[in-house]
Amino acid sequence: MKNTTNFYFAFHQTIPVMLGYIFLGTAFGLLLNDAGYHFLWALLISIVVYAGSMQFVMVTLLAGGAGLIYTALMTLFVNGRHIFYGLSLVEKFRHMGKSYPYMIFSLTDETYSLLCRTKIPNGFNEKKIMLYISFLHHSYWVLGSLLGGLAGQMINFNTKGIEFSMTALFIAIVVEQWKEKSNRLPACAGAVSSLIFLLALGPDRFIMPALLLSVCAILFMKKYRILSEGV
Amino acid sequence: MINVGHSLLIIAVVAICTILLRATPFLIFGSRKKIPPFIGYLGKFLPPAIMMTLVFYCLRNIEFLKGSFGIPEIIASALVIILHSWKKNILLTVAASTICYMIMVQCRY
Repeated sequence: MKNTTNFYFAFHQTIPVMLGYIFLGTAFGLLLNDAGYHFLWALLISIVVYAGSMQFVMVTLLAGGAGLIYTALMTLFVNGRHIFYGLSLVEKFRHMGKSYPYMIFSLTDETYSLLCRTKIPNGFNEKKIMLYISFLHHSYWVLGSLLGGLAGQMINFNTKGIEFSMTALFIAIVVEQWKEKSNRLPACAGAVSSLIFLLALGPDRFIMPALLLSVCAILFMKKYRILSEGV
Repeated sequence: MINVGHSLLIIAVVAICTILLRATPFLIFGSRKKIPPFIGYLGKFLPPAIMMTLVFYCLRNIEFLKGSFGIPEIIASALVIILHSWKKNILLTVAASTICYMIMVQCRY
């Protein structure tokens, strides 16, 4: 199998994220530009931080000269959900060799979703494809930030609503997972725990307790053998 | 004027906290010779729960009682479900529903 074939396969998988990342990255570059930071800052942040929603929060932190402890707490608060992603990828990433640290660094919501979703056909190199997907997503994000930082003001296209592409991606993946019967109970556990904490704690604080409850619910199902084993 | 030193420190703090969050499960379980069986179990059954929570996370700010009453979100989400069950083409699903959503939110306001 030629390496270009692996790359092409990975590229094809990343197209749904490409548009969203480029546009959201552009929006970030533009906002940061408005706050008085020129494009090199947007470039630096998108390369080393690489965390969608947190970067938008960062614009306010930077502009207001926020304290470092406040910044750290805010990051733990906004990005806390990322702690759960690794739990389901420990096995997969173990064999990634040199790219192991990069795979962990670049684990955003969308990359996590794509890595869980993508089924590698026979004959393709799984490790390379996973690395290409992560790297391509990162590139789209950086490219978008650069565009926004450089030429933001020149873009006249009304992009309001483009953020729905990420929502659509997640809903589509839920639809795909739902087809497999063994996924249905965990999906319901996720829906019920999200709903409970969304109603109890509101939109800004529900995600961490909801994910924690899902983990507990799934481990409970394991203990009482409610879910089919097959691992 | 922007304070370069302090800005760089803020960036460093955000970067380090983010990477620590992402790395925590790997730091705890990644280097063990034998991974505890419940991790394999979570690897299989946690993603559907997380994806569902991410959907709620994306739609968390819908206001059902005022503004657009969440109608554009409901229509566009329904379109995702219908299109994706029918055509099973993720590109088509994401592109069509996003364009539909953009038209709805841009024309209304």
